[in-house]
Amino acid sequence: MATATFKIWRGDADGGELKEYTTELTEGMVVLDAVHQIQAEQAHDMAVRWNCKAGKCGSCSAEVNGQPKLMCMTRMGDLPTDRPITVEPLKAFPLMKDLVTDVSWNYEVKKRIRPFKPRRPDFEDGSWEMHQSDVDRVQEFRKCIECYLCQDVCHVLREHHMHDEFVGPRFFVHNAALEMHPLDTEDRREDLRTSQGIGLCNITKCCTKVCPEGITITDNAIIPLKERIVDQAYDPVRKLIQLVTGR
Amino acid sequence: MDFSRHEHDVLIIGSGGAGLRAAIEASAAGASVGLVCKSLLGKAHTVMAEGGMAAALANVDERDGWAVHFADTMRGGQYLNNWKMAEIHAKESPDRVRELEEWGAVFDRTKDGRILQRNFGGHAHPRLAHVGDRTGLEMIRTLQDHGVHQGFDDYQECTVTRLLKDGDRVVGAFGYDRESGQFRVFHAGAVILATGGLGRAFKITSNSWECTGDGHSLGYHAGAELIDMEFIQFHPTGMVWPPSVRGILVTEGVRGEGGALTNSEGRRFMYDDIPPLYTNQTADTPEEGWRYVVGDRDARRPAELLTRDHVARCILREVKEGRGSPHGGVFLDIAWIKDRIPNGAEHIKKKLPAMYHQFKALADIDITEEPMEVGPTTHYVMGGLRVDADTQMCTVAGLYAAGECAAGLHGANRLGGNSLSDLIVFGQRAGEHAASYADEHGRGTLEDSQIEAAHREAMAPLERQDQTDGAGPYGVQFELQDMMQEKVGIIREEGTLSEAVEEIAALARRADLIGVIGDRKFNPGWHTTLDLRHLLSNSEACARAALERKESRGAHSRIDFPDKDKEWGGFTVVLKRGSGGGMEVRRDPLPPVREDLQKIIEEQS
Ligand SMILES: Cc1cc2nc3c(=O)[nH]c(=O)nc-3n(C[C@H](O)[C@H](O)[C@H](O)COP(=O)(O)OP(=O)(O)OC[C@H]3O[C@@H](n4cnc5c(N)ncnc54)[C@H](O)[C@@H]3O)c2cc1C
Ligand code: SF4
Ligand code: SF4
Ligand code: FES
Repeated sequence: MATATFKIWRGDADGGELKEYTTELTEGMVVLDAVHQIQAEQAHDMAVRWNCKAGKCGSCSAEVNGQPKLMCMTRMGDLPTDRPITVEPLKAFPLMKDLVTDVSWNYEVKKRIRPFKPRRPDFEDGSWEMHQSDVDRVQEFRKCIECYLCQDVCHVLREHHMHDEFVGPRFFVHNAALEMHPLDTEDRREDLRTSQGIGLCNITKCCTKVCPEGITITDNAIIPLKERIVDQAYDPVRKLIQLVTGR
Repeated sequence: MDFSRHEHDVLIIGSGGAGLRAAIEASAAGASVGLVCKSLLGKAHTVMAEGGMAAALANVDERDGWAVHFADTMRGGQYLNNWKMAEIHAKESPDRVRELEEWGAVFDRTKDGRILQRNFGGHAHPRLAHVGDRTGLEMIRTLQDHGVHQGFDDYQECTVTRLLKDGDRVVGAFGYDRESGQFRVFHAGAVILATGGLGRAFKITSNSWECTGDGHSLGYHAGAELIDMEFIQFHPTGMVWPPSVRGILVTEGVRGEGGALTNSEGRRFMYDDIPPLYTNQTADTPEEGWRYVVGDRDARRPAELLTRDHVARCILREVKEGRGSPHGGVFLDIAWIKDRIPNGAEHIKKKLPAMYHQFKALADIDITEEPMEVGPTTHYVMGGLRVDADTQMCTVAGLYAAGECAAGLHGANRLGGNSLSDLIVFGQRAGEHAASYADEHGRGTLEDSQIEAAHREAMAPLERQDQTDGAGPYGVQFELQDMMQEKVGIIREEGTLSEAVEEIAALARRADLIGVIGDRKFNPGWHTTLDLRHLLSNSEACARAALERKESRGAHSRIDFPDKDKEWGGFTVVLKRGSGGGMEVRRDPLPPVREDLQKIIEEQS
């Protein structure tokens, strides 16, 4: 039977270390299976989050051989097993225990973003006319499973710890989903520019590369938002139209 | 005893679709609301739902309406459903779906810009509002993002282990935080259980670790009645290969889009066995079935879209008779539609993106080129807490239930898509009525003795670290899952069901002795030990109910009683905790269907 060796980070905020475990491999296994097997056989008290085991809930985020990944979608067959596979918690958030980090900051940030505010319904039953071509773009953003892998790789959060000034790529995606929603009437541009710090993003595209949902975070969300803000700030004609129409 | 104490008018346990919808409603009614969940907010099992939510919006076929939806639900449930719930559900689901749109949900659209609806098993018309194959994500995110602005308090990664009572009334709950192991005591005027399903009682399941049926068991031990526990839905199409993904769901949406089930001989075997209740509605040939898929209104539904119980049994038959696929399933082929429509591969990826991705990533299979291998997987429990149709109150005062942990709507078999709509229809009602109950009755008294008992129970496994059962919590859990799969699975009989009841009792005795190492801080061994009590209690309920029902109906199939029995069609199996602590089984006659509704059923057959 083939085996693989893992180095899994064990410990809490007070400190810890990478611990070595060896476990058996079966066909088609993913990293999360191996971690669970180790948990059941060798380390009953190892902390790890998961729910769906199918890449749908965004709970099992970790750094596998240094790469931000969903453990449930990372196949053992795609990793070299001639040397130990490291599994570590996300680095952009405070550590709780083992592979589990405190992601509550993300929930607080989201609460600060102005919620959806639809225009009046088009029909008497309270519904609207919206065409598929109007919603394609928003649907891409709404695929987000809130795994926070993009937050983890963004240097503004990971290295510069600017959590107070910058909301991170996940929440630019969220803003984009709201701003480009055909029914929405709210304006979030000022917030984006000031309290949410979109200007701090220097378009490295690291976030896009790790998104397991394949959302083109930078090109489709961040850059268009930046453009809207520029328009808002410098476009006198737009300003005039806004004054007249109230939008 | 160290714990923090929280006061609320309404305490909601569970933040899937049902719990979130209830929280929004109770908050709107002015109640102070606490929402507790085992995982992070937005990760509940609802997030995994794929195919869609059923509501007779009639956007795609104007012949649809609440009466047709009602009749479909009753037929699917083999008429054991609580007809009043089926009526409410059919009438209110369109408004609840439109409300999601008002809160920001973005469903796929029809050509004229309305909410698009898709075909699903047992539904006469295209009825499922959806977003590709990630409808559950859309629902939960919409409710979550709207909900967090409604002012309720959430307690994430907190597990409730026991309900607290004041005499005959439920007045709170006891739980622990997963991360810190800190205990919490909730004191509330009303408690809503919205804890979802119990698929984890079985080995092969589409359900996540959370689905240990905690609400079923918490309610039962607080004195509430369970009904319909013999009806476990085995979804016909779960992944079968590779082993590590066995059980993961393949959405019925694949068949809704034209997917064909074939055996090793290449035969569309579903066309060989069409049950009498459905002959009028089912296509005679794959050709007619395909015409239905592409919108020919004179064509009838493909046989692949028969109800789940039936499709699961047909697959099992093919496998048993040696016509299965290499890894013990059958083939599900969507690639064949490329011959029928232009840009077929693109169409498949657009309509079933999550399935495309899931097979590509986990099984190295490109579903636009090759067939999938599929087999039945434990998916949904029709049984649960008995509730009042209008208010969702359980048979214990102050306790409410909504969503998968409540029973009645689905009878002997749930139609796909009827769960997501169930969550929002009855979540809304539970929220409204729990808030008014709390308003009327205040919070009741919470005695220290109740808290002490709950505390003792939760601490027990940590206090017997030295007397570990050799197998530990995981070992006992795996044994239970294997046994349930084998003896209380798709096909059942008297002898093995009786054995199951005894084996569950033996496992329960062992579970009582399990000690766990480590402390309370994020200790999965401890969590598993505590959840195991719920799994065992629910497994016993399933096995006893299955033993009691001496017929085959819907999701319940007995080899020793292979046919439907007219008399049994008039009874519900009820389980209740007896005064001596044992589980009591009883049959209750079903109330006759209201006359106007009976007429609808007859007209629609
Ligand atoms: C893969 C898959 C696909 C599906 N697709 C569809 C579909 O297309 N259409 C459809 O209608 N249905 C579908 N279903 C069924 C449907 O998704 C579920 O029935 C439904 O989501 C259950 O919702 P719920 O709100 O009742 O509970 P859940 O979403 O399961 O949420 C339960 C909540 O309770 C919490 N909880 C549980 N126990 C405790 C405790 N002890 N203490 C504190 N909190 C607790 C959990 O943390 C969670 O927050 C699907 C199911 C699966 C598995
Ligand atoms: S593109 Fe911007 S948001 Fe994305 S990782 Fe780079 S700096 Fe961060
Ligand atoms: S945008 Fe992508 S990477 Fe970021 S949280 Fe959402 S799914 Fe994860
Ligand atoms: S467990 Fe849900 S994404 Fe991995």
